[in-house]
Amino acid sequence: MSKRIVIDPVTRIEGHAKISIFVDDAGNVSDAEFHVVEFRGFEKFCEGRPFHEMPGITQRICGICPVSHLLASAKAGDALMAVNIPPAADKLRRLMNLGQIIQSHALSFFHLSAPDFLLGWDSPPAQRNVFGLIASNKDLARAGIRLRQFGQEIIEILGDKKIHPAWAVPGGVRTSLSKEGRDKIRAWLPEAFVTTNAALALFKKTMETHQREIQLYGNFPSLFMGLVAPDGSWEHHGGKLRFTDSSGSIIADQVDPQKYYEVIGESVQTTSYLKSPYYLPLGFPDGIYRVGPLARLNVCEQMGVPKADAELKLFKKLGRGAVTSSFLYHYARLIEILAALEFVERYMDDAELSSDYLRADAGINSLRGVGVSEAPRGTLFHDYTVDRNGLLQKVNLIVATGQNNLAMNQTVAQIARHYVKGKEIPEPLLNRVEHGIRCYDPCLSCSTHAVGQMPMHVQLIGPEGKVLSEVARG
Amino acid sequence: MKIRLATVWLGGCSGCHMSFLDLDEFLIELADAVELVYSPVVDVKEFPEHVDLCLIEGAVCNEDNLEILHKIRARTKVLVAFGDCAVTANVPAMRNQLGAANAENVLQRAYIENAQDNPSVPKADGIVPQLLERVLPVHEVVYIEYFLPGCPPPAARIKSLVAQLLSGAEPKLEGADLKFG
Repeated sequence: MSKRIVIDPVTRIEGHAKISIFVDDAGNVSDAEFHVVEFRGFEKFCEGRPFHEMPGITQRICGICPVSHLLASAKAGDALMAVNIPPAADKLRRLMNLGQIIQSHALSFFHLSAPDFLLGWDSPPAQRNVFGLIASNKDLARAGIRLRQFGQEIIEILGDKKIHPAWAVPGGVRTSLSKEGRDKIRAWLPEAFVTTNAALALFKKTMETHQREIQLYGNFPSLFMGLVAPDGSWEHHGGKLRFTDSSGSIIADQVDPQKYYEVIGESVQTTSYLKSPYYLPLGFPDGIYRVGPLARLNVCEQMGVPKADAELKLFKKLGRGAVTSSFLYHYARLIEILAALEFVERYMDDAELSSDYLRADAGINSLRGVGVSEAPRGTLFHDYTVDRNGLLQKVNLIVATGQNNLAMNQTVAQIARHYVKGKEIPEPLLNRVEHGIRCYDPCLSCSTHAVGQMPMHVQLIGPEGKVLSEVARG
Repeated sequence: MKIRLATVWLGGCSGCHMSFLDLDEFLIELADAVELVYSPVVDVKEFPEHVDLCLIEGAVCNEDNLEILHKIRARTKVLVAFGDCAVTANVPAMRNQLGAANAENVLQRAYIENAQDNPSVPKADGIVPQLLERVLPVHEVVYIEYFLPGCPPPAARIKSLVAQLLSGAEPKLEGADLKFG
């Protein structure tokens, strides 16, 4: 007879997620579930609309990574028209995606996660946030805020808006990189490198004192998936899919993203609005895989830029085969910021980004098209079926965070198993369980909770549904 | 005395909150003028009493949104509909056009048709909130003092409104600051 603990992040409002922990009669945690409780229905209400509208509509799924939806949607449009976009347009889309990787990863690290490492797991909850960081270390907070700003500025320079730019379109992009924009980015780069190197040094120190967290926070075998280039290098916008297992062996490679449905299935759990994708050949739930920075670094062989490649070598030494601890998502995120800065730097010397040949045009040449891009938190798929006039008949979206759903569930269970014993619920457990989720930087607009500390409310519920004990942190 | 500021997030994409974070270094100045008593970025369990100003992002999509909105109104002096979803219900309300059975239809597509394993509509009392029949802008549910349009409102527009409210002046939004989208 098991008992159920519900962790409810006062979801009544911004909370769109809850956690249940199941405890057996001996007081040990038997399982845990992560529930996402928000749903808006994009896959249905877009039907009947012209596919050209989709980049504008679908980026409203998420304000944290709108660029991912913008780009995946534009790429699905490219596939419907069956065009090759001009090379300059591809580079410009990549530049915007790099800007987004920088801003989103900086947000995750400085605004959300660093307060835990720097101020301490058990520091007063009222201060354990970005404003607490401002109060305790203004210079670091300012540097982090400015690194995020740099990423946002790149997006604005190209698309005129930091959030929801109407810029990428099926067939290409609307504008190129201006001279003023290029000068501004070039001038800001040195500061961004300094901040990123400081963050890397800080996190390496954190790893020395957080061996237990590395062991316990989502450390288990699973598959990993991400895009890679034809030579196995890190990819964030082109390339094809690769799956590896926890020993580091490649189990599927160069899978055409247009045929993602041959390798990815989606499962529904009736206690969550977040579906659980799985690797089809292994079935559900054995086909558990992780996406995002940790997965991308596990599946790739090199980053393709020198500073990040030196870090990748250090990173790979942390695992036997693959790096399996989700606590190390933080480290992977910083390495990706470094790589993004190096690629941005490289683009600043590329004259093609000023080209005015930016857009291919065509009618409908394929009735189904898939667009894929690496969002900061993992691979994103937009799959559109249209009629001959380009009106949408069917839409399927597989968002990055969903693909980490099974892993987030296991992570919560692993942390809870260690910290929950019997009917007592130690208060610091709340922040630790929260952090288990935060490692994945989930963004379901969902980001809901990712942004900051989830207020938590844990109930230990007996077999008859009676509340046995309760603890809240506020 | 510091102004007690809250920011909340109903059915929306979080873009308005991201635009709030685009205040960048002004956040450091703001920390001296306001106490952020409730927000996705701070750690508070329950929406507190005696809040001076609350920015509300998002439309009213489900039962949880509805319940908290009434609580916010009862505990806050000045409410601002923060961004187009709060002001007009915007993109989340696109499901309203599917008619009376819209909630059923959107769930059917996502959880039955687009699923390979265990196709079924999520339902768990007390865990997964039911969708409302119609998505609503916040002013259809409670009285709202000010409206800040934009998808999202750019940081400069947020700064202008917040600065006016902090100075005690009657806030005015004019010209380009009244632009949707």
